[in-house]
Amino acid sequence: MPPVPIRVGLFVTCLVDLFRPSVGFAAVKLLEDAGCSVEVPAAQTCCGQPAYNSGDKADAKTIARQVIDAFDGFDYVVVPSGSCGGMIKQHYLELFADEPASYLRAQHLAKRTYELVSFLADVLKLERVEARYDGIATYHDSCSGLRELGVKQQPRKLLASVAGLSLRELPSAEICCGFGGTFCIKYPAISDRMVADKAADIVATGADTLLAGDMGCLLNMAGKLTRLGKAVRVRHVAEVLAGMAGETPPIGAARPERG
Amino acid sequence: MQPTSHAFKENARAALGNANLQKALTLMRSGFPERRAAAIARLPEFEALREEAKAIKNHVLEHLDFYLETFEQQVTARGGQVHWCRTPQEARETVLAICRRLDAKTVTKGKTMIAEEIALNDYLEENGVTPVETDLGEYIIQIRKEYPSHVIAPAIHLVKEQVAASFRATHTDLDPNRVLEEAPTLVAEARAVLRQKFLAADVGITGANFCIAETGSTIIVTNEGNGDLTQTLTKAHIVLASLEKLVPTLEDVSTILRVLARSATGQEFSTYTTVSTGPRRPEDTDGPGEFHVVFLDNGRSAMLGTEFQDMLRCIRCGACMNHCPVYATVGGHAYGWVYPGPMGAVLTPTLVGIGEAGHLPNASTFCGRCESVCPMKIPLPKMMRHWREREFEKQLSPAAYRYGLKLWAFFASHPPLYQAATALVTRLLGWVGGSRGRFRSLPLAQGWTQGRDMPAPEGRSFMSLWAERRKNGDAA
Ligand code: SF4
Repeated sequence: MPPVPIRVGLFVTCLVDLFRPSVGFAAVKLLEDAGCSVEVPAAQTCCGQPAYNSGDKADAKTIARQVIDAFDGFDYVVVPSGSCGGMIKQHYLELFADEPASYLRAQHLAKRTYELVSFLADVLKLERVEARYDGIATYHDSCSGLRELGVKQQPRKLLASVAGLSLRELPSAEICCGFGGTFCIKYPAISDRMVADKAADIVATGADTLLAGDMGCLLNMAGKLTRLGKAVRVRHVAEVLAGMAGETPPIGAARPERG
Repeated sequence: MQPTSHAFKENARAALGNANLQKALTLMRSGFPERRAAAIARLPEFEALREEAKAIKNHVLEHLDFYLETFEQQVTARGGQVHWCRTPQEARETVLAICRRLDAKTVTKGKTMIAEEIALNDYLEENGVTPVETDLGEYIIQIRKEYPSHVIAPAIHLVKEQVAASFRATHTDLDPNRVLEEAPTLVAEARAVLRQKFLAADVGITGANFCIAETGSTIIVTNEGNGDLTQTLTKAHIVLASLEKLVPTLEDVSTILRVLARSATGQEFSTYTTVSTGPRRPEDTDGPGEFHVVFLDNGRSAMLGTEFQDMLRCIRCGACMNHCPVYATVGGHAYGWVYPGPMGAVLTPTLVGIGEAGHLPNASTFCGRCESVCPMKIPLPKMMRHWREREFEKQLSPAAYRYGLKLWAFFASHPPLYQAATALVTRLLGWVGGSRGRFRSLPLAQGWTQGRDMPAPEGRSFMSLWAERRKNGDAA
């Protein structure tokens, strides 16, 4: 009798949903290849972070409750983003600190929620992936994934198994790219300078590819690199690990005309 | 000083265009973090010490009344005096009254952030008392009529050419043709000038890194030794402190000192650790004639028992600003008041009001690097978020932003509606973005597209594609 597959609920995240569905499909493929059955609950939109970080607790709670309801009953909830993962895993608990009933449900969800790559490496104990990517990549550690969830070695370990890919460390990998969610809207000039510094560091590595695990940071860095006319290919790490980089042009890159 | 925190955006814009500042910030950006990391790598028990240090301060904050009283008793028993001041005005007047009584013409000052907080220099000058800063950084900004841009390195926003120019303009009795462009010559010149002033001073004013309840002592740590001279040769030593400086015993101080210097400058220990206990006794060869501790509250006691209490663990090491990517981009003056960076973003709204300082807790990406390096484990981003919550409750954030947020939240809490909207928007933007794959300008994202492109959506939302696949019955 085949083992019962692990039931995973995929929290797509609003930015992947809007900007880059390929990342969602790459996540599905990675999870299914690793033996999980993947479902995508329809009642999901966003994790509520924009409201939470804007001081709007009431709306943040409404959205958090929606996520808690939608992802009830899965063995695990997997998120292709450290930022949204951190929101669900840590901040929902803070949000409901003084509402015991909701707190318990939030805690139950938090325990089962993982950022995609750390889920593959830490929970599923995946040692390697079957994928090929020809290029020299550098990796940016998105802040929430790094500091809230401890995502650091996991993507590096799995990337090391991708055929054709070599990884070159980014010296400032742990310094924020300047995205910061609502920050880039409220303080665009500062955000722009931060991402300019980041882009300079990326270019200085000589890598032809930039990878990271968060759409927000990726949009920010890709947008700066294309504006500067740099030919660095920017992708979510899941696309490369799933071997699906061939299926879509890099983030912000020109696309062949659709016929 | 008059805060300019409300003008954070304008301050930041000016800072981004200030070439000298940007050069100075580039130098500091790597320096401090690298030295801290190296120092910590050499101390395996650093994490455990952080926990201990945090526990010490938490304990004090829970029993603050007891420790404040004990401290006062001990100071009094050793012939000193404690003054309790609720407001900056009370603190200024207290200091001036002591200076007047002793007929002081000149006061020397060691580094004290409380003096900056109460704008003491201006006040003393207006009242005929000349303050002389003896810390090199403080001296530099004093002669330039500026205020500190960093809690441990007040002149970090300057490059040495600017310092040399200020010295030439101020030390006019020295040979105008002297060579002055290197750091050691600048230090030597400042030393020579300052020695004279130490001898002439009537009163010495210092801050306090710690106030020890057990002995009534205050402690300052410096790298220049100026603190010692400031207090030993004078008629009176006035210590300016705030209530979060209290620690129970000298033992506790030594625990916290082990994390302080490493976090601040990456040193194992600061060069000088000066303990001051009471005035000169008959058998002492030197020491101040009088010993005063002026405690400033200025809103701090109101933080007790609130979500901001943890901020009172701060030991002013500066690590949070040394590691802050926003501080590294705009420097300390952009924050518009004496406390910059992440700790300022939490503390300044308490001290000058959220109406004035509302930008500060907003101007953070919540990258969390500050909290990860703070030796006292202060949850800085979380407290900045608390300020945003208070702002939102009081409707202080811009109306357009609040309405936009409400509109978004309405959609986000109605999934079918949201998905219909995103399915449409992604198609539209994907189509407009076309084969370029990015936008050079977008009507609602001008701030973003001024300096960078906005990558175009692929053209379909994930949720709509997923629903389609499910309907067609094929696996992903
Ligand atoms: S908040 Fe923490 S890191 Fe910042 S100055 Fe205070 S003690 Fe140091």
